[in-house]
Amino acid sequence: MIELSNLSVIFGRGTPLEKQALSGLDLKIETGSFVTVIGSNGAGKSTMLGVLAGDVIPTSGRVAIGGRDVTRITTAERAKYVARVFQDPLTGSCGALTIQENLALAAARGSRRGFGLAIGNSRRDEFRSRVAELKLGLENRMNDRMDLLSGGQRQALSLVMATLARSEVLLLDEHTAALDPGMAEFVMELTQSLVEKHKLTTMMVTHSMRQALDYGTRTVMLHGGKVILDVVGESRKNLTIEDLIEMFRKARGGETLDDDALLVS
Amino acid sequence: MSQIAFLGAVELGLVFAFVAIGVYLAFRILDFPDLTVDGSFPLGAAVAAVLIIAGWNPWLATAIAMAAGALAGLVTATLNVKFRILNLLASILTMIALFSVNLRVMGKPNVALINQDTMLSPFYGLGLPEFYVRPLFVAVLVLIALLLVWRFLASDLGLAMRATGANPRMARAQGVKTSLHIYLGMALSNALVALGGSLFAQTNGFADVTSGVGTIVVGLAAVIIGETLFHSRLIIWALIGCVVGSVLYRIAIQLALSSDILGLKASDLNLVTAVLVACALILPRLRRGRATA
Ligand SMILES: Nc1ncnc2c1ncn2[C@@H]1O[C@H](COP(=O)(O)OP(=O)(O)O)[C@@H](O)[C@H]1O
Ligand SMILES: [Mg+2]
Repeated sequence: MIELSNLSVIFGRGTPLEKQALSGLDLKIETGSFVTVIGSNGAGKSTMLGVLAGDVIPTSGRVAIGGRDVTRITTAERAKYVARVFQDPLTGSCGALTIQENLALAAARGSRRGFGLAIGNSRRDEFRSRVAELKLGLENRMNDRMDLLSGGQRQALSLVMATLARSEVLLLDEHTAALDPGMAEFVMELTQSLVEKHKLTTMMVTHSMRQALDYGTRTVMLHGGKVILDVVGESRKNLTIEDLIEMFRKARGGETLDDDALLVS
Repeated sequence: MSQIAFLGAVELGLVFAFVAIGVYLAFRILDFPDLTVDGSFPLGAAVAAVLIIAGWNPWLATAIAMAAGALAGLVTATLNVKFRILNLLASILTMIALFSVNLRVMGKPNVALINQDTMLSPFYGLGLPEFYVRPLFVAVLVLIALLLVWRFLASDLGLAMRATGANPRMARAQGVKTSLHIYLGMALSNALVALGGSLFAQTNGFADVTSGVGTIVVGLAAVIIGETLFHSRLIIWALIGCVVGSVLYRIAIQLALSSDILGLKASDLNLVTAVLVACALILPRLRRGRATA
């Protein structure tokens, strides 16, 4: 269970650039659910994920993961509960390290790192078979540096990396946005299968309403740093993009949706 | 160049191989431009020399010299991590402070180690001439240090340190406490540099406060020569490159100084080094610039 209670985030407090990114956001996520998150630019989606991951310390409110209050715990300490894939493939993996080394780094997330060899023989085989499952041929390039790979290949590996060590929540922030359509499709399918296989509690921010409805078990929409829409179960099954836009309009008291702000794709 | 001069250059190159490996750890692994070494090198020399003169076991004296170097590295890391001072500036502050500290440690600008028992003394009596014993002894220590550093960088902890330097945001997301690794890496780097300083004092028979000037540039020159020679992404080759680069650098300097045509004096050394490193830094950039143009 992930609990965000009455979260507020104010950037640049007391300066002319002061910006309230989250204003009293409440959200509870059951273990095992796959939540897709949508909302216009600047709605606070990335900030919400940042608060969960520990990158952003909230101005007020509380973050709990599995019943533990983690509001003031650093990103590194929280990483034992939180797995992540970033939007930019360059952020989520380490270009200067090999594929194998990246995997080893991710496999040790949440455990104590000591003087033992990072890549022993048993781990090497395990990594190889996990990478082979991608069917991208990368299992033959385990000693290649990550920066030799394409964005899509790196993103696919980042997903594998996120599932090597256990986690209580997987955070995906527009992780297919930087990819070409074919690769984006591939990474989404991979996401789906990994989430199912490892029964991961997942929060996925997406700019595509299509993706938001096609994947996952629940969809929330943020606006102005709050949850303004939350659909799950039967009511979500038959929902169309048009319905979603209509619901957004109602929730905003008649305000129409800017096409640029929310991609209808 | 005579054989003795050649072996002398090799010996000095091997002593500075510790500096090169330390500089490699800071600059390349941690991406931390660290000038502390200009202070931690003479610090290592000063601490070892003073303790040896006071009658301490030279091995223990050297271990303490390394601890002093580690402490200097920790000071720089603290200024940077805890007090958010820019890394380069933090290291300059420590370096400047160490000039005073080193004078305090020694009590005077220069301390001689003549007729003192050093780490090398037991090996002088084995029949080989001293100018062979010295480089051989240092070479063995360099080999041990190289293997230990290599093994460390291949461990989970070492991998986390490499990620800290290469992509701190990703490292933190993977549960790596990046500030811890900056402390650890800076301590390790400067301990190695201080070990170099301690061996410098013991092989040359003196410690001098001014002996640190330009250490960073010499270390960097060795790292860059090694990278140019081996051109490999593998850590082991980078480390071997540090050692080979350091020795080649000293031989090149020795050749330049002993050639009458160039007419160089020993005091031109820093200028020659600076020009060499500047070229090594500029050349790859020019090549890349042409490729993208
Ligand atoms: N580090 C920051 N400093 C100042 N303002 C920020 C920062 N991060 C985000 N913001 C602002 O907070 C608001 C929410 O941003 P964000 O969470 O990135 O939106 P989204 O991901 O939904 O597009 C935006 O107005 C953005 O400009
Ligand atoms: Mg965003």
